[in-house]
Order: sequence, then C-alpha cells, then structure tokens
Amino acid sequence: MSDTKNNWPLWEVFIRSKQGLGHKHAGSLHASDAEMAIGNARDVYTRRQEGVSIWVVPSESISASSPDDSEALFDPANDKVYRHPTFFVLPDEVNHM
Amino acid sequence: MNKFQHKQALLRLGDDALILGQRLGEWCGHAPALEEDIALTNIALDLIGQTQSYLSLAGSLNKGDTQTDDQLAFHRIERDFQNLLLVEQPNGDFGDTIVRQFLFDHYALFRAEHIASQTFDLDTAAVAAKAIKEIRYHADHSSKWVIRLGDGTTESHSRVQKSLNELWKFTGEMFTADEIDIAGAASGLLPDLDTIKTKWDSAIDTVLKDATLDRPEDRWMQKGGRSGIHTESFGFLLAEMQSLPRTYPDATW
Repeated sequence: MSDTKNNWPLWEVFIRSKQGLGHKHAGSLHASDAEMAIGNARDVYTRRQEGVSIWVVPSESISASSPDDSEALFDPANDKVYRHPTFFVLPDEVNHM
Repeated sequence: MNKFQHKQALLRLGDDALILGQRLGEWCGHAPALEEDIALTNIALDLIGQTQSYLSLAGSLNKGDTQTDDQLAFHRIERDFQNLLLVEQPNGDFGDTIVRQFLFDHYALFRAEHIASQTFDLDTAAVAAKAIKEIRYHADHSSKWVIRLGDGTTESHSRVQKSLNELWKFTGEMFTADEIDIAGAASGLLPDLDTIKTKWDSAIDTVLKDATLDRPEDRWMQKGGRSGIHTESFGFLLAEMQSLPRTYPDATW
C-alpha cells in the first residue's frame, strides 16, 4: 500500500446519515484526488441511501493513538464510575432521562 | 407521430440504455480499481433501470400487441434493436470505455432534459425526469475521467486521444435525424437533433479543452444502429445477454 507510484492514496470516508447528527466513519478507499474520493465514496458507501453528506480525509493526515499506549491512556478511567451521572436521584416528574 | 413511430422512439431510448448497461456490466470484476469497478456497475444498473421503464412503456403502448420489458430485451433479434452503434462498441481499454460513456452521456442528458419537459407523453416525461439525476452523475464521472486521462501522463494522454479518434465516427449517428426523429420532434416527444448537437458540441468542447485533447475532425460517420444494422461485435453481446432467458424461457428470480 505504500507503493504510491502504482496505488492511489488512501482516504478515510465519513458519512452523515439522514437521521445522524455527525459524520461517522464509514470505511476507507483509494482515489487519486479529493474529488475522485468523494465520487468513489458516493459509489461505494452511499448506494443504499446511507447518507446525505460525505467527508473524505487523506488517511495519512490522521494521527492515531498507539495500541501500545492503550493501558496508560484508557485503563485509568476504569474505576472512575463517579464520572457517569448515575448518582443523582431524579424527581418523579422528570421522564425520559 | 403515429403509434408505430411512438413505439420505435421508446424502443430506441430503451435500447441505448440497455446495450450500454450490458457493456458496462462486462467490467464487473475487471475494472482497474475496486472503487471504479463499483462506479461502472452502479452506472450499468442505473441504465438497466432506465431500460426497464422505457421498454415497459414501449411494450404497453399498443393495447392489442403488448410485450413485457423482458420480452423486448431478451427475445428480440439483432435486426430489431435500434440502439446507437456507439453504445455497442466493445469496452476496449478503460480509456475506450470512458470516452464512449462521455460521448453518450452528454447526448443522453440533453435528450432526457427535453423529454422530461414535453407533454406529448407524460409517462415517458416522468421516466426521463428521474433519469436526468442519474445521467448528470454519469456525465460528471465520465467527464472528470476524460480530463484526468487527457491531462494526465504522456501515455494516458496519447491513449485516450486514440480512443477519441477511433470512436468519433460513431458520433454522427446521434445527430442524424430519420423519419422517427422527425416525427418525434414534430410531436414534441423527441428533441430537435440540431439543437441537441449545438449543446453537445459546447459541452464536449469544454471538457476536451480541460483535458488538453484535440477534437477530431468530422469525417465519414458510420451509421446503422437506428435501422437495426449493427457492428460485428453486437451479435456476441446479444448472445451473452440473452442466453439465459432463451435457454430457460420461464426462468424467474
């Protein structure tokens, strides 16, 4: 995949569905430029009416967390249950929370 | 236009879409990239969908002699098909396929815009109105590829210029009016082909300029599709397309 001479660059595709508020990651694809990436995303990811808006981002522009750091990054949240708003008693009048 | 001419006009709309759709379907699993494979077969499916509508309308026009869309697609012989020679040309390389699509898409778009706005046949107008959205995308897709290939590398430029030069002789047929076109234009159903030609010239020239491609000169133009005289490869296309329904005539999904 790093053979850029013979492969188009990789793009990450984000689709906003009719109901959805934000764009969600749908997958990735190859394209020579942003315009083609949007066209390809339309053909690959919205052919079953999945979306009303498309974002494409060059995959190389995405910085990702390293799996090796996952313990340090995510485990400390494990025992912080008080960060969830579950300790409040709701008045009876409040519905649908 | 009389009933016979009306039916022929609808058959032509259906046949153009059917045969080009069949050709594009041949790319399934063979396109240069996965994404383009899906793009070409999406376009093929759009065209087959348009075919179903146009051929259904054609087959139900004469109440005493009705045919289904399937009967018209799979049980007519070569001489009965009236598609343009352009759309039946073999896929060739990717550049050939893109140029064939590009030359047809802009013609199909202006034709559909006219048909959607006429009132002689409102059912056909409704089909064309739906098709316009699809064809706009097809024309955008093929035009961008013509620009990418033409304005790309030395090799892509020379290859796509060659595709253009070789397919150009099939463009004359789109704008040569016969008695069906003349009757169709008189009734309002079909566009005046001179008007379509002017719009097509302008759209094609704009893209070719961006693509740094030379517009071929209008020389001898090959015709025949509209009167059922097809090019060599057409029989093979029909044989493949029709083999299943002809072998198992009552086959259903």
